[in-house]
Amino acid sequence: MKNSKRDQKIAFALLLAATLLVVIPVGLIVLIIIQKGLPAINWQFLTDVPRQGMRAGGIFPAIIGTIYLVGGAIVFALPIGLMAAIYLSEYSRDNFLTRIIKLAIVNLAGVPSVVYGLFGLALFVIFFKFGASILSGSLTLGIMILPIIITTSREALESVPYTFREVSLSLGASKWQTIRHIVLPNAVSGILTGTILGLGRAAGETAPILFTVAAFYLPQLPSSIFDQAMALPYHLYVISTQVPNVDEKVRYGTALVLLVLVLFMNLVAIVIRYKFRKMKRW
Amino acid sequence: MNKFNIKNLNIWFGQIHSLKDVSIDVAANQILSIIGPANSGKTTFLRMLNRLNELHSNFKMQGEVIFENKHIQKMDVELVRKKVGMVFAMPSPLPLSIFDNVVYGLRMSAIKDKKNLFESAEKALKQAYLWEEVKDRLKESAFKLSGGQQQRLCIARTLAVGPEVVLFDEPCSGLDPISTAKVEEAMLELKKEYTIVLVTNNVKQAARVGDKTAFFLSGELIEIDKTDKIFTAPSDKRTDDYLRGKFG
Repeated sequence: MKNSKRDQKIAFALLLAATLLVVIPVGLIVLIIIQKGLPAINWQFLTDVPRQGMRAGGIFPAIIGTIYLVGGAIVFALPIGLMAAIYLSEYSRDNFLTRIIKLAIVNLAGVPSVVYGLFGLALFVIFFKFGASILSGSLTLGIMILPIIITTSREALESVPYTFREVSLSLGASKWQTIRHIVLPNAVSGILTGTILGLGRAAGETAPILFTVAAFYLPQLPSSIFDQAMALPYHLYVISTQVPNVDEKVRYGTALVLLVLVLFMNLVAIVIRYKFRKMKRW
Repeated sequence: MNKFNIKNLNIWFGQIHSLKDVSIDVAANQILSIIGPANSGKTTFLRMLNRLNELHSNFKMQGEVIFENKHIQKMDVELVRKKVGMVFAMPSPLPLSIFDNVVYGLRMSAIKDKKNLFESAEKALKQAYLWEEVKDRLKESAFKLSGGQQQRLCIARTLAVGPEVVLFDEPCSGLDPISTAKVEEAMLELKKEYTIVLVTNNVKQAARVGDKTAFFLSGELIEIDKTDKIFTAPSDKRTDDYLRGKFG
């Protein structure tokens, strides 16, 4: 009896320590970034172009560039990913081939992002001759987040109770009507979760945009999807390692903006998801 | 007149032989009750009549299911399911409002006219003895209804499509005696307009509502006869044993 109580205390302490070990660094990162970055944030920093070799001025082109890239990636990846997820969960038969495909998609989510960058360089920049452009970068980021969107959407679709499908079909609805009117509306919140994860990933990655779109220094805004653009994660890399004597608060300010941008995008998606989840009534 | 003629029906799910050489005629405007212990194939038989079995990927069948002189495997599957409706064992409302549940099948048949939809919903809800209880709350979620009300909603939803046959798969297994009585009352009224096939675990229910009763055991049809005859003088000893509760 005594031993089991002692064991329980030890286990509890270990689990608590592990949780703290996770929470403390995350909290510290956020705190340090806010503390060191906040002094840099002002209207000019958010709306001006970089000046004096990126040591002063603002980061507006990088903010806009990241928004374009993430938006483009979602516009490309969400419809295709969702359609693939619908096919895999609703139409494909469960056999060896489809199991291989599903496994491959899950594994694709773990491929290092620099590999996607290289792939985007070869396919979009060189083969399709899009050059280093917002189009190439968006497509590369889109391909990178496709596995995330497909996997989470598939899980969301498969979590809709089978009874609903059976009832709908038994009332003479076709398979597509069943998907359109019953399965999809009840899977929206899960699909949005996947989109949120994809958004955050696309906004934060440096490697995929390195070869496909990112400009080292481009003080004007892109005028079409065939232009190069600056992007926050790459800009952060540049001012942290490639340009000497950049004020620390500019670096942390850039990181803070990136962080807030991702959190804001997540927040929008979370609000939409919450609205849909309230409609869920089973 | 017969609605269904089933001849030498065999059904397999993978290696499992679920239904063995079953031949039954289902007479129009009657209630056919199907009784039998678990795994006797009665639900499989029922789900054959509106082609729900084929949703399973390893389903295989042999034999004929003739619906009004047409082979149902050769009919349009959506049409079969509109003409042969199904009420499931557990109350299974869709995650929609009460009204949207009732008119779901009609909407899927591209009926959009609001007046038309409302009239159909009212008629179906009255047929299922639910109208008085829900007429003021049609916009509420169907999940707010009690279990018995939900089951009658499912009956209304099936009737709204305008079927000729209604299949009931143990419709009262999750209900209390009062709700059960209401569902049975609805069934007896419905047979004037519809043909009903009822699968039930409740032998007394079969005795109360069935015109004919069929006894299934291990995928075989043991016997089918007038309900009175089955319950007073069954011709097979196994039927007698089952009805006396010697196994179940």
